[in-house]
Amino acid sequence: MAVRAVLERRAQPGRRRQPGRPARPKAREQAAGWAFVTPAVVLIMLFGVVPIVWSAVMSFQRNNLFSPNTPFVGLANYRQMLHDPVIAQAIGHTIVYTALFVPGTMLVGIFLAVAMNRKIRFISVYRTAAYATMAISTISEALVFIWLFDPSYGIVNYLFHLVGIPQQQFLSSTSEALYVIVIMTIWGWTGFAVVVYLAALQGIPQALTEAAAIDGAGRWATFRRITLPLLSPASLFLVVWLTINALQLFDEVYLSTQGGPLNSTTVLVYYLYQQAFGGANFNFGYASAIAYFLFVIIIVFTAIQFRVGRRLVHYRS
Amino acid sequence: MAAPITAATTAAPVTPAALPGRHRVRLPFSPWHLVLVPATIVLIFPFFWLVITSIETPAEALRFPPILTPHHLDFSNYTQALQAAPFGRFFINSAVVAVTTVVANVVMCSLAGYAFARYRFLGRGLLFALMMTTLMVPFQVTMIPQYIITKWLGIYVVGEFGLNHIGALIVPNAATAFGVFFLRQFFRTLPIEYEEAARVDGANRLVVFWRIVLPLAGPALSTLAALTFLDSWNNFLWPLIAVNQTNQMTLPLGLATFQSAHSTEWTLLMAGNVMSLIPIMIVFFAAQRYFVRSAAATGLTGI
Repeated sequence: MAVRAVLERRAQPGRRRQPGRPARPKAREQAAGWAFVTPAVVLIMLFGVVPIVWSAVMSFQRNNLFSPNTPFVGLANYRQMLHDPVIAQAIGHTIVYTALFVPGTMLVGIFLAVAMNRKIRFISVYRTAAYATMAISTISEALVFIWLFDPSYGIVNYLFHLVGIPQQQFLSSTSEALYVIVIMTIWGWTGFAVVVYLAALQGIPQALTEAAAIDGAGRWATFRRITLPLLSPASLFLVVWLTINALQLFDEVYLSTQGGPLNSTTVLVYYLYQQAFGGANFNFGYASAIAYFLFVIIIVFTAIQFRVGRRLVHYRS
Repeated sequence: MAAPITAATTAAPVTPAALPGRHRVRLPFSPWHLVLVPATIVLIFPFFWLVITSIETPAEALRFPPILTPHHLDFSNYTQALQAAPFGRFFINSAVVAVTTVVANVVMCSLAGYAFARYRFLGRGLLFALMMTTLMVPFQVTMIPQYIITKWLGIYVVGEFGLNHIGALIVPNAATAFGVFFLRQFFRTLPIEYEEAARVDGANRLVVFWRIVLPLAGPALSTLAALTFLDSWNNFLWPLIAVNQTNQMTLPLGLATFQSAHSTEWTLLMAGNVMSLIPIMIVFFAAQRYFVRSAAATGLTGI
C-alpha cells in the first residue's frame, strides 16, 4: 500500500488553494466534511493509527498475554534480537528469498509480456492463462506446489527421473526448501507482473519502435535501447512492490514447511508469527520489536530503490 | 527487418535488411507461438494437475510413473472432502466477508475521499496525514494491537465483531487508508464545475455526491472494488490469527486447516482445493477486465 501512495502522490503534486476563496471554511462545510470522513476515519484510527503507536510501546515492554503486568524493559527486546540465532537465520533467509524472487518474477513477467504484446491468434488464451495466477490464493497455490514437489510421488521428481536427475527431497531438504518456495511464489506472481508490464508496453507508441527499425536497429537493439528504458518506470514499481511483498513472505511458508526443515525456511514474518501466536507464546513484546525491525528494513529497502531508481528510470514526458 | 529477404545471397551487399547466408524458414504461424505455448503449459499445469489428482483414486495418485489421464472420473474425493470439512460454509463465510468488505470500503472510502478532495474543514490536513502514515506500515506491525482491540471489541462492545466471528474479519478492513487516498486522488481529477452548478441549482451535498460525483466515479470505484475483493478473498494471516472455530473460517484458512488434518491424502486435498478455487475463478473470469485493470492501475501510476 505504501508504494501506491508514494507513487500517486508523486504523480499528482498537490494543487494550491485557489486564490480568492475565503480563508475560513463555512460552518456547514465543516460539518459536512466531518460527517463524510468520520466513519472511515474512526475505523482507520482504531485499526491503523492506534496499533502503530501501541505496538511501538509494546516493543519496549515485557508483554505476553498471561503476565498480569507489562513492565517497561527499555531496549531489552531489541537487544534480545541481537543474540537470537534464529533471527539471524530468518534475516538471511528473507534476504536470499527476496534476492531470488524479485528479479525472477520480473524476468518472467517482462519476457511473457513482450511475447504477449502482439496481435496473434489465441493471444487472449495465453494472456488469460497468465492472469489466472492472480486469482489463486497463496494457500491454494502452496497446496498444489507441495503436491507437485512431493519427494516420493510428485510429478517434478518424475520429470527429473525422465531426464536422469536423481530424486530430490525438495521441501523436506534443508538446502532446497527455500528455492521451492521461490519457484511457487514466482508462479503465483506471474500474472501480476505480466499485467503491469503489458500495460506499460501498450503505453509505448509504435512510432518509436518503428522509427528505430527504420534507422536500422535490430529487434534486440530496439528492445534494449527503446523498449527497456521506456519500461523502466514499471520496472521500478515492480522492484519496490515485489520487494515489500517478498519481505513479508508468510503464507507459503506456513502451509508448506512451517519454517522447517531445521529452520531452513524460517523467514522474518514467520518467526514473528511464531513468537506472537505460534504455540502458546503470546510473546507480544518481542514480536512487536521484530515487527518494527521489519518495518525499518522495508523503509530502508524502499528508500534505496527509489534513490537508485531515480537515476536509472527514464521518463517520457 | 522491413525489407523481404532475398533468396540469392551470393553477391548481395551486406545491408541490415539482407543478411547473407541465413536462410529463414517461414513458419505458417507467428514464431511467438513457439514461446507462448510452452510458457502457457507451464502456467496452466498446476491447475491441470490439481484437477486431475482430485478425480483420481488414492492408489492412482500415488502411481509412479504418474497417470496423466485417469481412466474414469471419480468424484468420491469431493463427497469425502465435503464430509471431512464444511467447504460450503467456508465459501459462504468468504463470500459474506468479501462482499461486505467491498461494499463498506466503497461507501466509506468514497465519502471520506470526496470530503478530503473537496471540502475544507478543521483538522483535514492532520487527519489526512495521520491516515497516510498507515499506508507505509506493514500489516505485521499493526496485527498484534489489532488482535487485542478485536478481542476487546468482542467482549465489551459487539460480540459479533470479536475474535472467532467473521465480523472480526470484516470490521478492521471495512475502511482502508488506501481506499480513501485512491478515491481522493480520483475525485480531484474530476472537473468541479458540475458539482458547483448542481449546488447553485439548490441540490444539497449528499445529492451532489450521489447523483453527480458517484456516476462519474465508476471506473475508480470498480478498480477499488476489484482490489478489495481479491485482497479480502485471499487474505490468510489475519483470519489465521483471529479465527479458530471451523464454522467461522474463510476458504484459505479452512483449506489450510483441512490440509493439516489430511496432510498426505492428496486426492482429498486436491478435491478441497478445487472446491475452494472454483468460486474465485468464476468471479475472476467474469470480471477479468476489472481485475486486470486494477492490477495495471497500481503499476501505471508512474514513479
